[in-house]
Parts: sequence; structure tokens; C-alpha cells
Amino acid sequence: MKEVKLMKGNEVLAEAAIRCGADAYFGYPITPQSEVMETLMEKKPWETTGMVVLQAESELASINMVYGGACCGKKVLTSSSSPGISLMCEGLTYLAGSELPCVIINVSRGGPGLGTIQPSQGDYFQATKGGGHGDYRLIVLAPNSVQEMHDFVFDAFDLAFKYRNPVMVLSDGVIGQMMEKVVLAEQRPRWTEQEIIEKCGDWALTGKTPDRKHNIITSLELDPYAFEKFNQKLVEKYNKVRENEVRYEEFMCDDADYVIVAFGSSARIGMKTMEMAREEGIKVGLLRPITLFPFPEKPIAALAERVKGFLSVELNTGQMVEDIKLAVNGKTPVEFFGRAGGAVFSPEEVYDALKEKLIK
Amino acid sequence: MAEFEVQKTQENLVYSRTKVLTDNVMHYCPGCSHGTVHKLIAEVIDEMNMQDKTIGVSPVGCAVFAYNYLDIDWAEAAHGRAPAVATAIKRLNPDKMVFTYQGDGDLAAIGTAETIHICNRGENVAIFFVNNGIYGMTGGQMAPTTLIGMKTATCPYGRDPKLHGFPYKIGNIVSQLEGTCYVTRQSVNTPAAVRKAKKAIRKAFENSLAGKGVSFVEFVGTCNSGWKMDPVAANKWMEENMIPAYPLGDLKDI
Repeated sequence: MKEVKLMKGNEVLAEAAIRCGADAYFGYPITPQSEVMETLMEKKPWETTGMVVLQAESELASINMVYGGACCGKKVLTSSSSPGISLMCEGLTYLAGSELPCVIINVSRGGPGLGTIQPSQGDYFQATKGGGHGDYRLIVLAPNSVQEMHDFVFDAFDLAFKYRNPVMVLSDGVIGQMMEKVVLAEQRPRWTEQEIIEKCGDWALTGKTPDRKHNIITSLELDPYAFEKFNQKLVEKYNKVRENEVRYEEFMCDDADYVIVAFGSSARIGMKTMEMAREEGIKVGLLRPITLFPFPEKPIAALAERVKGFLSVELNTGQMVEDIKLAVNGKTPVEFFGRAGGAVFSPEEVYDALKEKLIK
Repeated sequence: MAEFEVQKTQENLVYSRTKVLTDNVMHYCPGCSHGTVHKLIAEVIDEMNMQDKTIGVSPVGCAVFAYNYLDIDWAEAAHGRAPAVATAIKRLNPDKMVFTYQGDGDLAAIGTAETIHICNRGENVAIFFVNNGIYGMTGGQMAPTTLIGMKTATCPYGRDPKLHGFPYKIGNIVSQLEGTCYVTRQSVNTPAAVRKAKKAIRKAFENSLAGKGVSFVEFVGTCNSGWKMDPVAANKWMEENMIPAYPLGDLKDI
């Protein structure tokens, strides 16, 4: 039987973590996502599924606890918000460099610095281009509803284990704090020790038995030629991700003259703008990237062949617009409209920008 | 010279290398304490018959490659983060014997917060801490444990507290925390000390299996390369300078 509830985005993250059979959550409180750990502690999943929930002394510690759990082939996650994610970047590059599956949720807020506690999408670059040092990629999912906050926790773990790579769910304070209807999935069992050995036994720390060599999780390699090969292996993995995992939604793009590109909460505002324009007979469509890495380059490139222009709408000062420009490659104008620092635009403001910058 | 073969039997076998040590040649300098401490940990794991249940966490520092020498499953942690990594491994695998192996820069400088908080939470983990008063891996820079007056690459005129602060005894600090059950300072400078150190390792592992909290075993060690001394002189210098500053013995045993 379907379980339908009215829930807050952050609470749903906690609920989904339990229901997807996660083994552990490690975190540190930070606004606007503290309800994730609060909800977990209140639900006491260690008494039901056996899931560990631990409040660490810092985000540095919590991401390294994620590293420790992931080393053992366990399904582990953390959540934080922008300044906390910056602290976690050291751990993220180690996780990527050691090819460890795990889920990191960023309910982002305005920066730079301590910034603000209001919503922002200013962490697009950090999520999609690195954050930590070295050549690595996170797979990045961007939910735009409470339902997707739920669903993407499941999807993120599936992708993490499919590619042995950390996966980030890049949300924002709007989605984290708002309440919506959500259909909850049925409880999935946690993997047994035997299942972990079957799925991850060739790398995970399950205890060195006489039938196998000892497993070592490390990202250290002093031989530059060996490490270049490893970097190349990562590139091949990321290319597979680009080939197989691009997700996006298109609305009314078939006959569109102008296309708004927006993700997460911006896409919801952009949808309203699209409707307003359509009512006035202006053919506006919307493309919502669901995966930010891999970025939906091909569908944007295809639209670039026939539309009169794109407007990238973001809650920042212009980040995703660079990826759109790369995909469009000069074929048609690409403009940007955004607000930053925790300020959120209205559909009317986006419509005005569309008219001013593209329709003229 | 006559050739003869010694037949190894149960009766005449007095010593053999533990199977928990791999065949890899250690990268440690001759005279370094790490090799001895590695061997003792490997022997204890073997004697406890826990090879298939032990997970080690190696640090950043000279012991980063500890995973090449002990034939158990290992995680290599970011600099200073081994206690956080070990916390998760133990919480998620309560039946495993989990330990960290860390140097003074890793444990007492960059990883101070992680060290204090694993001890304060009382995780059932053993911490093995080699204190040689210097950063060996990066080429002999000042450590939090560098003695006053001691010369290193980053205090070439000797550690001056006005410029560089004071050395500190992190073992004494963690012994004050509720979550530690056993805090001891050992060395491997003499055969008797080696035997005592091995007993401390065994006790730490047994405590972790008994769920008593953190056992913290510090080894005051030599770094003859970093100290720019030959192995014998380094051992003597340690006895005359390091051990008086970091006195050996149990700080806590409950």
C-alpha cells in the first residue's frame, strides 16, 4: 500500500535514508538542514533497521566517518549546507580518489563565507567542478520537489555503487524547508554481511580471509606513470557516466523560440514564467537539468540548432550558464539572469529578464 | 664448510616471522622505531588469531605505507582523520578489531580534534601513536611534540617557545577524558621495553574487544634521519632527552 504523507524536504531526506536501507548517517548541525539529523535521532533507526546515526565534532570528522563506512562497502551518507560542504571538500576528493560509493546532500545556502542561511544555488561550481583538489567528479543530482528529495536518496545510492563514486544531491534551502505531498517507498532491508562480500568483496574492508589478498583503500601512488593510468581510469568512468546517466526534463520545448534552463527550485519559478509567456503567445520552453554532472549537453546542443536563445536562470551570479554556453558553442545567444546572496527571484522578474535580454 | 640442513620441527622452532607481516621490504630508515612497533602489532594480531577480523587505519606521515607491511585490511586516512575513519569502521563492524596507527604530526597537530573526540566518545578502538618529536615523512620539520631547543628544518635555531609554542603531552590530555580506559607511554629502545610495549598492544586490543572504550598507546620513538644521528646515537639521545620529557608508564588503566 502506498504511504502518502505531507512532509518537509529535510525530514523526507531522513525518512528516505532509513527506507533505502542505509547503514549510517554521520553529520554536523548547520542551517538550513539541521532537521535531517534531528529527524533521524528522533526516529531511532538503530532500533529498527540497525542504521547508525552519529553526530560528529565537525564536518571534517563527519565526511571522514563517511569515508570509513564507505571503505567497508556500507551504504553511508551525510548532509550539510554550503559552509559545511566546503569543510568536507578534503574528504570528497579522498572519497573520489579512493573510488568510494557514498551520498552527500547539500541543502545549499548563500555564500561566500559564512554568508546567509537563505537559499542559494551558489555551490553549482563546487558541486560540478570539484571543490577539493585534483581531477575528479561527483555525480550530482538536483531535486526540485520534496518527492525528488525522497527519490534521489535511493537513486544516489544506486549510482554510487554502480560507479564506485561519491554522489551529491544538490538541493537548496527552499526545497529543504518546504512541505509537500510525498509518496514514501517501502522499507528496503540493509545489506547483510554476505551481500556486501558478494557485491563489494573485491575492494571493501570486510576482514582479510585466507582466500583473498588484503584489501587496501588508499588514494596514494608515488609512481607518476601508475597514477596517470589511474587518472585515466577515472576519466573513462566519468565518460561512462556522461554516456549513460544524463537526466533532464523538457517542457514545451518542441515549438519553443526561447528556452529557460534552470535546475532545482529555480526550475519551479521558471515554469511559472514559461506559463506567463505562453499566455501572452510567446513560445517559451523550459529545460531542467536533473543531473548537473553529467550535464545535459546533447539536448541543449540539439535545441541550439533551432531556438532563438537560452536564458539560464540561477540563484547565483552565473555558474551553470558557462556549461550551457559550452554546449551551445556559439550557435545561438545564451543569456543569464540570477539573484544571489539568499535573495529569490519572482516569476515576473524572470519574465522581465527574458523580455529584456532575449525577446527585446 | 660442511653443508647441513636444519629441519624445522615444533621442537626446535624457537622463533619465526609472524604471517601477519607481508614480504614487502619496509621503507623505514635503519634505526627507526616504526619497524619494531609494526612487528609487535602484527605478532599480537597473529597471537590473538584475529587476522581476518582486524582493520587498520593508516595515517599521513612515515607510517602511511603501514598497509603494505601488515597483511590485514586497511584504510588509508587523510592527514589527522584516522580517528574519524576508525570510528565509522568500528560502529559499522562491532565484531571487528579496529585500530589507528598515527604519528605526532597526524595525531597531535592536524588531527587534534579527531583525537580528542574519538577519546571522548569512547569508541572501542585502539590508537597506536608513535611520538618521535619530528615530521619524518616531509623531511624533518617541527612537530607539536618537538622538544624545546631541538633543531628541526622549521626551527633551525632550536624550538623557542616564544616563537613556536610549547611541546605538549597529548597522552596526558586524553587520559583525562571519560572515554579512555587505558593510556600508556611505552618505548622500544631496549629488549625489556619491547616486551613491555607488546604487552601494552595486547591489552589495548583486548580492551577494544571487551568494549571498554579507547586504549591509547604512545610509543616514544627515534627518528635518526630527522634528528641527523646514527641509530645508536639516536637511541641514546632519546633516552636522555625524549623519555625525560615524555616519561614512560601507564597514565590510566581502568
